[in-house]
Amino acid sequence: MKFFAKMNDKDLETIMGIVLRSGVTLSALLVLTGGIIYLLNNGHTVANYHSFLSEPGSLRDIKDIFKNALMGKGRFIIQLGVLVLIATPIARIIFGLIGYLAEKDYLYTFIALFVLCIIIFSL
Amino acid sequence: MTILVLTIFLFLGAMSAGLVGSLTGLGGGVILIPLLTIVFKVDIHYAIGTSLVSVIATSSGAAAAYVKEGISNIRIGMFLEVATTTGAIMGAYIAIYTQPYIIAVIFGAVLIFAAISSFAKKEQAQLPATSTRLAYWLRLNGTYPSLTGIKSYQVINVAGGFFMMMAAGIISGLLGIGSGALKVIAMDNIMRIPFKVSTATSNFMIGVTAAASAGLYLQRGYIDPGLSFPVVLGVLLGAIAGSRILVKSKTRVLRLVFGVVITLLAAEMIYNGLTHQI
Repeated sequence: MKFFAKMNDKDLETIMGIVLRSGVTLSALLVLTGGIIYLLNNGHTVANYHSFLSEPGSLRDIKDIFKNALMGKGRFIIQLGVLVLIATPIARIIFGLIGYLAEKDYLYTFIALFVLCIIIFSL
Repeated sequence: MTILVLTIFLFLGAMSAGLVGSLTGLGGGVILIPLLTIVFKVDIHYAIGTSLVSVIATSSGAAAAYVKEGISNIRIGMFLEVATTTGAIMGAYIAIYTQPYIIAVIFGAVLIFAAISSFAKKEQAQLPATSTRLAYWLRLNGTYPSLTGIKSYQVINVAGGFFMMMAAGIISGLLGIGSGALKVIAMDNIMRIPFKVSTATSNFMIGVTAAASAGLYLQRGYIDPGLSFPVVLGVLLGAIAGSRILVKSKTRVLRLVFGVVITLLAAEMIYNGLTHQI
């Protein structure tokens, strides 16, 4: 925690920038990899998005997405990339929370915690 | 149409939506949703889910750049995110239980509003000399780098801005767009934050707002990998290209053309909605 102890707003901004950029890059790489596998396996089949048919449960459950992505299934690797993308702004809030705590700014520690709770409620 | 062909078309379409959204400052979503629903006949709930994911990608990328320059006010962002995320979840719940044709009509109306506000001459309102007590207590006042050195600013009307932000969050979760226009209104016109700061801070908040509702759309099965793949990568590449292109003097012409295109898209969305074709 020595690193955090000396932290100021400027450092916090730099860290947030790095978190955002790496999250988007990682996600794009996952989506691209999964997409190529998906096209190699399914590229020739006929597409249908016209009516809403909810995705199978396995594409909505975080644990299932991880499990299937590790098995190299294209659609799940794309979905993992999407999860990383959704997690990116959340990670930014967590870093903000730690940063404000280190700055002893308890008002904003609480505000960041509150935003985090709202988002976790949605997952 | 095979999946391969559809993927290529979606990728090209999403790339132009990202490019146009970035050049006009309207964001990718306002063009992406009509493109997916009208041209590709994608179900509107799928379109919203996919659009939200690409909104997170583009806004996080842009926010990273702004944050590095020290323009965004992170405290204002964090505080107002309480309003936008709450609104976003409400919006997503409303969308899930709303018929597609009603969403299409609301989308059309918001699109027309976005087109008009992008034409409106942006004049910086008189910046207040002193902040309100609430803004002081929340430590919202700040400084930003300008051409003439570091400038400080004061914030007023925190409650008004907060509720406007909640409305922006609802629209974002309901329609799958970043609703940057509404966010900038809340910060510029109501809280009187300098234009440069409000634009940068709005970008910073869009990702978190979209993430709040995207989680809900994912859980409900409205995010399809086959759509996300070409759309997210397309919009992201288009937006990056847009930010690299230096638009010289043609901005006015560009805005006019896109204004007309957006108004036509809006009319089409409303017509399709009213005739239950969506």
